[in-house]
Amino acid sequence: MTDPSAVADELDLEKPARSRVWGKFFRHYSALFGAALVAIFVILAALAPVLPIPDPAATDWGAVRQPPSAAHWLGTDEIGRDILSRMIWGGRASLMAGVVSVAIAIVIGVPLGILAGYFRGWTDAVISRCTEALLAIPFLILAIALAAFLGPSLTNAMIAIGIAATPVFIRLTRGQAINIAAEDYVESAHAIGLSTPIILRRYILPNVLPPILVQATLTVASAIIAEASLSFLGLGQQPPAPSWGAMLNTAKGFITQAPWMAWWPGIAIFLVVLGFNLLGDGLRDALDPRED
Amino acid sequence: MLRFLGHRLIVSLPTVFLITIFVFVLQKLLPGDPVLAMAGDDRDPETLARLRDLYHLNEPIWKQYWLWLVDAAQGDLGRSIRTGIPVSDMIAQKLPVTIQLAIMSMIFAAVIGIPAGIISAVKKGTATDYVANVVALSGLSIPNFWLGIMLILLVSVKWQLLPASGYVPFFDDPIQSLRTMVMPAFVLGTALAASLMRHTRSAMLGVLRQDYVRTARAKGLSEREVILRHGFRNALTPVVTLLALLFGELIAGAVLTEQIFTIPGFGKMIVDAVFNRDYAVVQAVVLVTALGFILMNLLADTAYFLLNPRLRAG
Repeated sequence: MTDPSAVADELDLEKPARSRVWGKFFRHYSALFGAALVAIFVILAALAPVLPIPDPAATDWGAVRQPPSAAHWLGTDEIGRDILSRMIWGGRASLMAGVVSVAIAIVIGVPLGILAGYFRGWTDAVISRCTEALLAIPFLILAIALAAFLGPSLTNAMIAIGIAATPVFIRLTRGQAINIAAEDYVESAHAIGLSTPIILRRYILPNVLPPILVQATLTVASAIIAEASLSFLGLGQQPPAPSWGAMLNTAKGFITQAPWMAWWPGIAIFLVVLGFNLLGDGLRDALDPRED
Repeated sequence: MLRFLGHRLIVSLPTVFLITIFVFVLQKLLPGDPVLAMAGDDRDPETLARLRDLYHLNEPIWKQYWLWLVDAAQGDLGRSIRTGIPVSDMIAQKLPVTIQLAIMSMIFAAVIGIPAGIISAVKKGTATDYVANVVALSGLSIPNFWLGIMLILLVSVKWQLLPASGYVPFFDDPIQSLRTMVMPAFVLGTALAASLMRHTRSAMLGVLRQDYVRTARAKGLSEREVILRHGFRNALTPVVTLLALLFGELIAGAVLTEQIFTIPGFGKMIVDAVFNRDYAVVQAVVLVTALGFILMNLLADTAYFLLNPRLRAG
């Protein structure tokens, strides 16, 4: 018996749709701008250990709260640390927090959503009611409460943000899985006797992924703001390790003497979050067949 | 109408039940002995025994939950470990402050976001639409605590126009109260205005494509009348629902805004509680916020029902 997916591969049914999506994406200038913004921050963060910048923790008591200059492009902080270096290293923490927490949300949320949407019945009822309960607690309040009970650290902040972001992925995947489970090709897969795990892996999972990709991009943006918020409140990255939120928290105390301490972390958060939002909007438009 | 409300209430019950379980379990996440964490530096065996007794920690876990639930249902959310004040009294005292902030932000968001959304939808694809979208997306991407710090720097420190912090109850001195709240409301309202603009735009675009809008134009109504009477009135329903969903964002935003502007509200309470390790307060804030969210959804459903004649007739 011929495997239906092999038939689909042979006929190359997927490819025109995929190239159309990419074509639309590459014509979407704001999405490309977003992708470029994200790429700049990712490259800077990745290259942090090899860039010719001072140690982010090195203090210089002779250069405390210096405004931007040739020696310190973005100025120095309250104990003479180079702000540019802390910005780049802090970017690693922020980007990692965004990506890791969304990965946690996807790893928990997508399988639960598929189970709920594919099996329906009591599995769906239990998963959906729990999702609704978690959705009733605002994202940041849930993350603050979890971070408070787990203890303040960057790892716990990522876990807290990840758990807080999970219900959105469960709900989205469930809706997609319900629609896909009703498609003819899934019925055919059943009819030719494929086992449920194979159907879930080969037909349901790949087809729920496009909207999840869009949601993931937008959620990375919210997660970066959430990490910055938690670190700003003192519940995320702990000093002396740099993070944009923690830098803003310190900067708040020196707002009149050294306002540049507050400028850069805020601008960086704004730009990277804007980048992810533009990218997510662009991906959504590219994947939406109604936008043709 | 009553049947509709009754049905919605019954449907929300399992959610409320699960929220109470979740909030109860939060306390169990504390590493180590919860009593040691609650007592802080006070390691006196008598205090520990009293706390263990107070929180029924010697009972089996299901009984602990049940006793906590019965107390919570009667409005007894425990006492603050730091001040000894009942948590429900603290909430009653802090909530009006946050409600004033929330109302002012909502007004700001609605005044900016809804007209911007309508204009952007009507002028779809033009430079106006593009600019409105960029501004809205920037509003969503700007961290509100940073916006707050920058405004304090500019408006309070440099121009000395408005106070940088503090709170004056509205009925004590309305003018001073508004002066202290204008900046926080602007900060909190920015992201809401952006959300509202994007949703109004998308709802309006959906409505403007409908046949009845074409009919309204065809029968010679002015463009203004077509957009406002036939377009916006129908786009309003999803926008009203969104207002309820924004409640969550509003409370979460209030946490940071109140922290920046040192406003003694509900949002600042949770942060203070976290740092004081006042876990009963943290639990209560989560519970009250979640119940508030469910209530707002119920109100939104009711508004949806009242605004939509087809549902009302059915």
